[in-house]
Amino acid sequence: MEVLILLIAASLALAGGFLLVFFWATRNGQFDDTTTPAMRILTDDPPVQPAPASPLPQNPQ
Amino acid sequence: MRSVLQPQPPTGTLAGGLRMAPAVPELDRAIPAQTSAPACHHCGEPCASGGFEAEGHSFCCLGCQTVFGLLQESGLSDFYNIAARPGKRVDASAQPERWAYLDDPSVAAKLLDFSDDKIARVTFQTPAIHCVACVWLLENLFRLHPGIGRSRVNFARREVSITFTPQRAKLSELAGLLSRIGYEPSLTLAELDRETTSPRSRLGLQVGVAGFAFGNIMLFSLPLYLGLDSATGPMFRSLFGWLSLALALPVVTFSASDYWRSAWASLRQRTLTLDVPIAAGLAALYGQSAWEILSGHGEGYLDSLAGLVFFLLCGRAFQRKTHERLVFDRDYKGFFPLGVVRHAASGEETVSISQLQVGDRLRVRHGELVPADARLLSGEGLIDYSFVTGESEPVSRQPGDHLYAGGRQVGGAVELETVKPVSQSYLTSLWNDEAFRKGRDDTFNTLTNSYSRRFTRLVLVVAVAAVLGWVAVGNPARGLKAFTSVLIVACPCALALAAPFTLGTAQRLLARRGVCLRNGQVVESIAKVDAIALDKTGTLTAAHTTEIRFHGDTLSPHETAVIAALCRHSAHPYSRRLAQLAPPGPAPEVTEFSETTGAGLSGRVEGQPVLLGSPAWLVRNGIEIPADSPSTATVLIALGGRFRGAFALDNTLRPEIDQLLQQLGKRFELALISGDNARERARFAGLFGEQANLHFNLSPQDKLGFIRSLQARRRTVMMVGDGLNDAGALRQGDVGVAVVEGVGKFSPASDVILDSPMVCRLGDIVDFCRRATTIVRVSFGISAAYNAVGIAIAAAGILSPLVCAILMPLSSATVVLFAVGATTWAGSRHGLRNLSEPTQPPTPTQP
Repeated sequence: MEVLILLIAASLALAGGFLLVFFWATRNGQFDDTTTPAMRILTDDPPVQPAPASPLPQNPQ
Repeated sequence: MRSVLQPQPPTGTLAGGLRMAPAVPELDRAIPAQTSAPACHHCGEPCASGGFEAEGHSFCCLGCQTVFGLLQESGLSDFYNIAARPGKRVDASAQPERWAYLDDPSVAAKLLDFSDDKIARVTFQTPAIHCVACVWLLENLFRLHPGIGRSRVNFARREVSITFTPQRAKLSELAGLLSRIGYEPSLTLAELDRETTSPRSRLGLQVGVAGFAFGNIMLFSLPLYLGLDSATGPMFRSLFGWLSLALALPVVTFSASDYWRSAWASLRQRTLTLDVPIAAGLAALYGQSAWEILSGHGEGYLDSLAGLVFFLLCGRAFQRKTHERLVFDRDYKGFFPLGVVRHAASGEETVSISQLQVGDRLRVRHGELVPADARLLSGEGLIDYSFVTGESEPVSRQPGDHLYAGGRQVGGAVELETVKPVSQSYLTSLWNDEAFRKGRDDTFNTLTNSYSRRFTRLVLVVAVAAVLGWVAVGNPARGLKAFTSVLIVACPCALALAAPFTLGTAQRLLARRGVCLRNGQVVESIAKVDAIALDKTGTLTAAHTTEIRFHGDTLSPHETAVIAALCRHSAHPYSRRLAQLAPPGPAPEVTEFSETTGAGLSGRVEGQPVLLGSPAWLVRNGIEIPADSPSTATVLIALGGRFRGAFALDNTLRPEIDQLLQQLGKRFELALISGDNARERARFAGLFGEQANLHFNLSPQDKLGFIRSLQARRRTVMMVGDGLNDAGALRQGDVGVAVVEGVGKFSPASDVILDSPMVCRLGDIVDFCRRATTIVRVSFGISAAYNAVGIAIAAAGILSPLVCAILMPLSSATVVLFAVGATTWAGSRHGLRNLSEPTQPPTPTQP
């Protein structure tokens, strides 16, 4: 039954990892806006017409 | 005298689709809009004949057509495919240079979220955001301006945050671009002292930690409950015990930290809030468990502890759902614009209001606010004070007259000289009243706390009695266990969840119908109300729609056309409203038009002299007015030198107000407190009934005083109002209800923000809140029953962790299910459910 110790360590590490991910996501503001993403998917990939002359980096953060 | 012969630009109000049906007898109702005109491809408003066309689509105005062109050019025409007529009417006459003040470094520094040489980010409030297409368009802003990088919309907050390159795009350009495509940012004085909103993520993290610990401790507890020891010996028992103890530590120190703090605070104030028994229970749980585990006597109650904290925090999170897009504590700063046009030596410049000094000369255009108490220097002032003083009619002012801050100029541009700084104006000085200084204490006199005071005392008595009882029979060890057991089992988890889940559900149901409460406690306050004070303009009546009645022999369609044609040449709100009566077809020709401010219009229509205006104006022009002409009439008409009749323009009463007042009058002490003159006293005396309590000509301070006088008679007062002049009364009232035309518009500080179509449901709202507080009481009863069972077991000294682990979640779940279920049922009884779509207010017709 001593193998349980290994399993417990593994499960705690996994759960702890998820907790850390949750902390990171909250701090990162992923739960700040829960309305707009639901609307955004409705307009994903609209048929884009020829874009204007000066394309810009879309993700300058 | 001023002569204007050019027709007005086709602004929306003139081009609006209101038509008078031919040969209508006495018009007793508002004239309904006719929908036969084609709808604007951009904004969906009806188009006037001879309007604007492009690529086979009709547009109501130049502004809308321009946006359409702009979006076509930039490859953004999908905007119109995502939703039908997704736009908002765009004012083409707005001047782009009015945003210039945004480039002032001191203003920019306040507005920018961050900036360095290469990149800057700004977040604008854009109330016009309303649909999926808006989100899509605003997130594709980079195609409209090369300086814009990424833009993100927060739909719930009606915000767009834009990342841009400062060298290639100025802040003023961004604001200009947004307003050009119909999303004018709302930049008010409040932006300047905007605090960086602290993220409400702490509670989320606390719930996360408690949930994590709860799950894992459960994993370690279950084998012990099921007898793991017997197979494996005591090694796992102590290992699991130690692990549980370690996992519970962050729950006690981090997740439950608010309970320690609040219990300590309430002990220091010598009051007993519900957090005191909770903290005592938590301490007993952790202490008892630690002792059992360290001494090897048992496995402790740590799963119950973690579960308890987890459920409690879930309840908090449920109740803490706030309306992100609504601000409940706005003062006048949220109403005044950020920028004004000032005359300087170098010409006109736009500056931020905070830089205004006494003696500055300002230019205020049509539709703009008077930013500070000022003297009119030149131009014809026609000031709409409806939001500030409650006067329903715009007042005319001559050069030299004093203007109060907050009025809105309608008509031409005027020049002013400020005489007082913004913060000390007639209106804004209302905020110096003590009603605004005292903080609102929400937490003390709640149902939960009054109940918990009794509850806590009882628990302590039982716990001490248990100890004494066991000592008396000679078993002090069992007495100690009984003491901690009572504290543990009496930990009022279910009790603490009853109110949050009931009030939180009530809050959600109400919000769905456009009734937004500041927090759950407001439900309890509403339930206690026994007197209601109502404002008139904007609350009982719709401030921006007027109904027209004609007194006299019915006008022929031609006569109506003649009157409307003359009115088309004037910018006065009454004229603009009357111009909408024009029947379809070409308008008759107007010559020799002239307008005298504060008096009336004159001119010739197809050669026939027409006079229109106040009684004095007609008399001055030699018209005899019959003695029986109605006194409530506001615009008198003379055709061909003979008196023809009179129009009465009254603000439209909101629908079903008469039933509402009847219904409320039977159950509450009702009062009307209006800043307007007593012209409509008779009309409202009829509505309020015999013992009507009507007050007119009240200043903002008078309104506040009126509420105080009611409260001095031990009334619990609900104040319902909309304007800045109601701000003091809203604040002083036990419940302040601010009525808005469309949720998200400016409203003064209040407890409730009520969408205008819901005004007529006020009685239902109060009933529903009363029922919700009854549900809270019943939930208290249920949890008390569970507690009685638990305490009986505990006092006997036979409480085991397993019993605790079952009893605690069971009682919490019962109470939560009952609270949510019963409240939802009550909501449907009061007609608050089954309408997931919030009712949209009718598009207001500008006067």
